[in-house]
Amino acid sequence: MKYLCMVIVDEKQLQALTESEAQALDDESLEYDQALRKGGHLLAAEALESVTSATTLRIRSGKVSITDGPFAETNEQIGGFILIEARDLNEAIQIASHVPVIRYGAVEVRPIKELVHSIGRE
Amino acid sequence: MNVAERPQDGEIEAVYRAESRGVFATLVRLVGDFDLAEEALQDAFLAAVEQWPRDGVPPNPRAWLISVGKFKAIDVLRRRARADRSVKELLHRLEAAMPRPDDWDSGTLLDDRLRLIFTCCHPALSFEAQIALTLREVCGLTTEQVARAFLTSPATIAKRIVRAKQKIRVARIPYEVPSRSDLPDRLDSVLQVVYLVFTEGYAATSGPTLVQADLSGEAIYLGRTLLEAFPDAEVQGLLALMLLHESRREARISPDGLPVLLEDQDRSLWKRELIEEGMVLLERALATRDFGCYTLQAAISAEHAQAGTAMDTSWAKIAGLYDMLLRCTPTPVVELNRAVAIAMRDTPEAGIRLIDSILQRGELHDYYLAHSARAGLLRRSGNRREAHAAYALSLAQSEPARRFLSTRLKEMADTAS
Repeated sequence: MKYLCMVIVDEKQLQALTESEAQALDDESLEYDQALRKGGHLLAAEALESVTSATTLRIRSGKVSITDGPFAETNEQIGGFILIEARDLNEAIQIASHVPVIRYGAVEVRPIKELVHSIGRE
Repeated sequence: MNVAERPQDGEIEAVYRAESRGVFATLVRLVGDFDLAEEALQDAFLAAVEQWPRDGVPPNPRAWLISVGKFKAIDVLRRRARADRSVKELLHRLEAAMPRPDDWDSGTLLDDRLRLIFTCCHPALSFEAQIALTLREVCGLTTEQVARAFLTSPATIAKRIVRAKQKIRVARIPYEVPSRSDLPDRLDSVLQVVYLVFTEGYAATSGPTLVQADLSGEAIYLGRTLLEAFPDAEVQGLLALMLLHESRREARISPDGLPVLLEDQDRSLWKRELIEEGMVLLERALATRDFGCYTLQAAISAEHAQAGTAMDTSWAKIAGLYDMLLRCTPTPVVELNRAVAIAMRDTPEAGIRLIDSILQRGELHDYYLAHSARAGLLRRSGNRREAHAAYALSLAQSEPARRFLSTRLKEMADTAS
């Protein structure tokens, strides 16, 4: 079963890290991705640029409206994600709890919903 | 050979009471779904009501019920599989797995009950949902009984349970006892649920006893089940705590329904056998030297249980235990209880000073029991005037709750007429 682990951080906290602390965190994160890949758990993992670079789109009266900034204005924002394969929620929790950046925020674990096209149905 | 006998009056009901939750726990494991297991359980008992009077009670009713329940679940799935392809896979798996004798031995039964408890108390579910689900699925209370116990509507409880079951299914919360590395934390959260169920039941001092589910009894049952598998200090400590409190149930309410303070209770009404059982567990927990808050609370309760009269209470020991408890749970309420113990050990004034310092920090100011404890100590020290003021304050703090309730009462009376 697939789970998306969204890594939620307070960007101010991450920006407060010294350069060497930030680099150590990146190294640790990459090493963790590698360990998950070896164990057959990793489907995808990426970190995201700051929310100051985010653009949000909506459809308003048939037209695309574009605004600067993230969907929700809060202190804590999605800073990255890993998409994993896990046996069940317990295993997903186990994996998510070791994401290095969790020390600076939180990880939200969401099961992936498989959509089936009507043509694929019996 | 075992010859089946016709059921006596009430025998099937007795089997239902004794076996239904265990059979349910095993069926959840076999069919992998709460609702399907419940349906299968009801179908199996319906079959029993039809067949046992005719054919006699089978030699092993639990094995019979699990086996019939499983086939009933297969029937249900067959009907559904016609409409839904995803059900077919589960159906094939279930059909292939024939009932095995170890599906109903006592070790499997305990494992299945534990799986059910840990699934219902999974920390990924809200605490309220954990409690509702545990009472409904593990203890077999009806939705109405759970609602009544928590003073909320059956619709609210039903919604909570439906959502929780949906999360179990969609997020795939496994039906298993946690692995050794997760066990300490997971056991803690189960103990929290058990203790809350107990205190809710213990605090419920009124209500028609026939419809009021015995929550304290259910909590003790859960504690015993956990202890069978995990002889940990805190499991023993919590069960000891519950048994020691439970022993005073009758004595703590006067015939006209008012609460009776510990020091005024008729100690001959205390249930000796519960106290003795609690004491044995407590001693074992203390002997591990690896105990926590529940064991300490049990130890405090035990000091009271062992005192022949209120005068004989060893307040020095109790104050010492509160010192330890305060390190383990540093809350103002524990601090308040410690202040009272110190007042009893030393002088009322010593306790009053401690309570005043808690109140000065701005904590417990709205907690009427803090003011009534202070009033009690002032009364003891002979300061009637200040005691009067403190009691008045205590009454004033409980006033908003009283006013809220009387407004609601009036509202109901108005709409009813």
